[in-house]
Amino acid sequence: MLRLEKRPQPSQLWMVLSPIIAVFLTMIVGGIMFAILGKPPFEAIKVIFWDPLFNDQFAAYSRPQLLVKAGPLILIAIGLSIGFKAGIWNIGAEGQYIMGAICGAGAGLAFYPSESFLIFPAMVLAGGLGGWAWAMVPAVLKTRFGTNEILVSLMLTYVAQSILISVSSGLLRNPEGMGFPGSRNFKQWDAAFNAELIANTGLHWGVVTALIAVIGAYLLMSRHIMGFNIRLTGEAPRAARFSGVKPARVVFFCLGIAGLLAGAAGLFEVTGPAGQLTGSFNAGYGFTAIIVAFLGRLHPVGILLAGLLMALTYIGGELAQLMLGLPGAAIQLFQGMMLFFLLAADVFTNFRLRFGKKGVA
Amino acid sequence: MDLSSINPVLLIASIMVSATPILLAAIGELVVEKSGVLNLGVEGMMITGAVVGFAVAVSNTSPGLGFVGAALAGALLSLPFALLTQYLMSNQVATGLGLMMVGLGLSSLIGKPYEGMKAPPFPKVEIPLLSDLPIFGRMLFSHDIMVYFSVALVVAVWAFLKYTRAGLILRAVGEAHDSAHALGYKVRHIRILAILFGGACAGLGGAYLSLVRVPQWTEGMTAGAGWIALAIVVFASWRPGRVAVGAYLFGGVSVLQLNLQAAGADVPVALLSASPYLITILVLVIISARGAHAAPASLGRPFHASH
Repeated sequence: MLRLEKRPQPSQLWMVLSPIIAVFLTMIVGGIMFAILGKPPFEAIKVIFWDPLFNDQFAAYSRPQLLVKAGPLILIAIGLSIGFKAGIWNIGAEGQYIMGAICGAGAGLAFYPSESFLIFPAMVLAGGLGGWAWAMVPAVLKTRFGTNEILVSLMLTYVAQSILISVSSGLLRNPEGMGFPGSRNFKQWDAAFNAELIANTGLHWGVVTALIAVIGAYLLMSRHIMGFNIRLTGEAPRAARFSGVKPARVVFFCLGIAGLLAGAAGLFEVTGPAGQLTGSFNAGYGFTAIIVAFLGRLHPVGILLAGLLMALTYIGGELAQLMLGLPGAAIQLFQGMMLFFLLAADVFTNFRLRFGKKGVA
Repeated sequence: MDLSSINPVLLIASIMVSATPILLAAIGELVVEKSGVLNLGVEGMMITGAVVGFAVAVSNTSPGLGFVGAALAGALLSLPFALLTQYLMSNQVATGLGLMMVGLGLSSLIGKPYEGMKAPPFPKVEIPLLSDLPIFGRMLFSHDIMVYFSVALVVAVWAFLKYTRAGLILRAVGEAHDSAHALGYKVRHIRILAILFGGACAGLGGAYLSLVRVPQWTEGMTAGAGWIALAIVVFASWRPGRVAVGAYLFGGVSVLQLNLQAAGADVPVALLSASPYLITILVLVIISARGAHAAPASLGRPFHASH
C-alpha cells in the first residue's frame, strides 16, 4: 500500500524539483496533444522551446521578443506573489493592468504634443497609480466589509475591459485616426515612446522595472519586517494577529503593490510593444502572470525564470502557429496544463510517499 | 429613450432564459461548496460545456444530445481538479484557477471549426393548460425544457440537502471533515462526487448559453458567467432557494441593460455593459456588510486523514 505522510517541513529539494518535473510532464502530454491534432509532436516541442532561441532563421527576430514578453509577466507576477504569500488572492491583475494603461496613456495624451522629457516618467507614475487605485477597490471592500477579494477583483476586470473599449473608441481616440478606434500611436511620439534601450535586445523600461522589482521583492520578503509579517499572515493568521500585525495593513499593502506593478506594466506595454491603446491591446498577461507566480514558487528569482519560460512558450507558440499551423489556443491550454502538473508535483513538497500499512496509533 | 418598446411579458420571459445558465452553474457549485470544496474553475467548465454541447448538437442535429455531451464534458473536466485537490491535497484556489485556464484554452481549441455555425433549434415545451393562461402563460409556461429542468434541479437539491440522509452526510463532510471521517464517511469520495456533479451542472449551463441563449459558438462567450455563478452562491448564503433568487435577479439586470441599450437610454454604453458586474460587486458588499456568513466550516480546507 502506498500512502502519503505529511512532512514536518516543506522539502526544499522538491520546491525546486517540482516545476522542472511539471515542465517535462507538460512537454510529454503536450506532445501527445499535438499528435492528436495531427502535428509532429517532437518537432512541435522543438519549435516551441528551442527554435525561438537558437534557430538560425528566426532567432534573430524572436530572441528580443523574449524580454518584451517576459517583462510584463514578471512585473505583474512579482506583485501577485507577495499577496499570494499572505493568502490574499488578487486575480484581477488583468483589470489593474488595463486601468494602468488607460490612466497612464490618458495622462500623457493630455499633454500632447509636448516633447518634455518629463512626459514619460509622468505617464509611468499615472499608470502605476491607476492600477493601484483599481486594486484599492477590493482592498477597501475586504477590510471594511469583509467582501471576498477574489470575486471583486475579477468582476473589476470585466468592468475595466468595458471601460477600455469605451475610451479607446471615445475619449482617447486618435483625432487624426479617420474615425478608427484606438488612441494615438505612441511610437510616433518620442516623448512618450517606451523605446528599446539597447537595439535588438527587447530591453525597454518595463523590463528594467521588472528586474528592479525582482530585487526589491527579494529584499522585502527576506530582509524586511513587512515581508516577514506578510509570510506570517499567510502561514499563521492567528499568530500574526497576536504578534501585532494589522491584517488590514497587509491587505492594503499587498493589493497596492500588485496594482501598482500591474498598472505600470500596462503602461509600459501600451507605450512600447503595443504602441497604442485599443480595445484588445491586453493580451491576457494578467492571467498568465498567475501561472508565472506559482511556477516561480512565489519566490522572486523563481518568478524571473518562470517569466522567461512562459515568454518562451508565447513566442514558441506563435512560431508553431506560423510553421506548423498549430492553433493559438493550443498554447493557452499548454500553459494551463503546466500549472496543473506543477500543483500535482507539489504534493511531494509537503508530503512524502510511504510504503506499507499504517501502524495503529 | 423609448421605454414603451420594452414589453414586460417578453422581458420576464427573457429574464428566465438569461438566468438559466447561471442558475444551473450556481446550483452545481452550491453542492460542491456544501461538501467543503471551493472550485473556482466554474468558468472553465462552463465554457467547455458550451463548446462540447454545441459541437455534439451540431454534428447530430440534436440539442438534447448536446446537453448530455456538455454535462459529461463538464464532469470530465472537473475530474483532474477533483483528483488534484482530494488525493494530492493541492491548493483549491490555485487548482481552480488552473481549471479555468485549461477550460478556456481547451474550448477555443475545440471550437475553432464551429465558429459562425448556427445551433439546431431547441423546441419550446408549452405546458398544457398553463401555457394558455393570459400573460402568465407566455411569461412562465412556454419555455424550453432546460428552463423547467433548472428550476426542478433547484428544488431537488434543496430537498436532497434538507431531507435525505445522503444530503445530511454531504453537509457533515462540508462542515467538519475530520468528524465525518471519524464517523467512517468517505470524505474524499463524497467530495469527488460533489465536484463531478458541479462540473456537470456547469457544463449544462454553458451549453444553454451556446445552444439556446446566443445561440452560436464564439470564443470566450461565457464572459464571466461562471464567476457570477460563484458570486451568487455567496450571495445566497449557500441556500438553494436564494440561489434561484440571485440568478433571476442577475438575469434581470443583464436583460434590462440590453433592453436599455436597444432602447437608446441616455446612459453610457460602457456603464450599461459593466452593470451586471458592478451590481454583483454591490450585492457582495451588502451581503458581507451584513455579516451573514453561512459558509460551510471546512470550505476550501484540504483534507488529509493523518490523525
